[in-house]
Amino acid sequence: MLRLEDLQIPDVEPVSLTIAPGECIGLSGESGSGKTRLLRAIADMDEHGGQVYQENVAQDQVRAHDWRRRVAMLPAESQWWFDRVEQHFSARLEHIEALGFDVDVMNWQVSRCSSGEKQRLSVLRLLANSPRVLLLDEPTANLDTANAARVEDLVLAYLEERNAAAIWVGHDDDQLKRVSRQRYHLENGRLLRVDEA
Amino acid sequence: MKTEFIALTAPDLMLASLLVLALIGLGARLRLGVSQTLAIAAMRTTVQLLLVGLILEAVFTRARLSWIVLIVLVMMTVAAWEILARQKRKLKGWWGFGVSAFSLFVSSFLITLLALLIVIDADPWYTPQYAIPLLGMLLGNTMNGIALGMDRLIQTAWQQRAVIEQRLMLGQKDSEAIREIARDSMRAGMIPIINAMAAAGVVSLPGMMTGQILAGSPPVEAVKYQILIMFLVTSGTGFAVITVLQLITRRMFDTRERLRFDRLLKQPR
Repeated sequence: MLRLEDLQIPDVEPVSLTIAPGECIGLSGESGSGKTRLLRAIADMDEHGGQVYQENVAQDQVRAHDWRRRVAMLPAESQWWFDRVEQHFSARLEHIEALGFDVDVMNWQVSRCSSGEKQRLSVLRLLANSPRVLLLDEPTANLDTANAARVEDLVLAYLEERNAAAIWVGHDDDQLKRVSRQRYHLENGRLLRVDEA
Repeated sequence: MKTEFIALTAPDLMLASLLVLALIGLGARLRLGVSQTLAIAAMRTTVQLLLVGLILEAVFTRARLSWIVLIVLVMMTVAAWEILARQKRKLKGWWGFGVSAFSLFVSSFLITLLALLIVIDADPWYTPQYAIPLLGMLLGNTMNGIALGMDRLIQTAWQQRAVIEQRLMLGQKDSEAIREIARDSMRAGMIPIINAMAAAGVVSLPGMMTGQILAGSPPVEAVKYQILIMFLVTSGTGFAVITVLQLITRRMFDTRERLRFDRLLKQPR
């Protein structure tokens, strides 16, 4: 599904990793350890060495914007550039209720949304593109427990329904255990498998 | 064609300079802090314009192509340098100069050439009385447009780099991710000349036309030249700003549609 081959980013040893369809990988590590840079390299947002394949298609075989439609990154802080929420969505929205909104949310002014609302909306916005791989950078950092659980459920349901893959970056070990079967830790430039204890 | 005009004498200019001196005196007395800059600027304009007057008079009497080429080169270099000097974020080395110079070339230079060869059709075509003021007016205006458009594009893109990257992450093309900013920059570069055209004759009498009238030309003849200049300046500015936007956005993104300020600016991070 998603395969990293000797992916190279500064200050981190080359990373090789395979994620199966429907699977989610948990990734933790201190800030500055390179988690975000790893996701950015997979999304081809930064220059990097090595190769990334998605369903056996190499990153540099497709145009960058097509790659990012399939391998979609959710940045830790979502950005909004138009006035209304709806203008940012590429497709008719599903799952609105799953994250605790009603249909009216599409007409909201972005400037009146809280940071938590923006974060949940940014997850919906990402899923509206129907990506095959999700690169989630602390997707619940601004959320309370109830809403964090909603995002977890929605993402897991999406992965199962679409047979998509995901990398979930987070600081909360309990959460990572809930969403992923395989977990990795990035420390001192090395990506280490976290053993099932 | 040419009617007599009243030449200015030294005492005429002295009188005008007394006004400036009075202003400098009053400013100093009220401690407004403008007197020194004002004095220096007044000196500069006198010296620079007198020098240019002497040079032009020399060139006009002997219309040698090589001299004119030299003057044109100096004018274009200074204009390109001036564009860079007005950028809040400094562009990287020769590349920034190249963009400014190239966009001035395709706009001011080529359009002046077109006007000289086809519209004005003087003999010889490079007659300096036409060539140099025409190029000067085009350069002055396109330079403004380029400087404003470029500054807006780079400033806004820099401030909104997180937004641009977010849009790229959502699978937008680079041209799409920068679209609103590019539009805004185009408007910023074009607004001065659009305003000038809209206000011409109603709110303001354009300087060139006023000059010709003062020099004794019939008003309608002066107006015809002014319209010509306005159209040349507008198209020149428009083409120049478009060229700059294209070149800079191309440099801002690499072939993998990544935002690359490191290629564009000095010490971006």
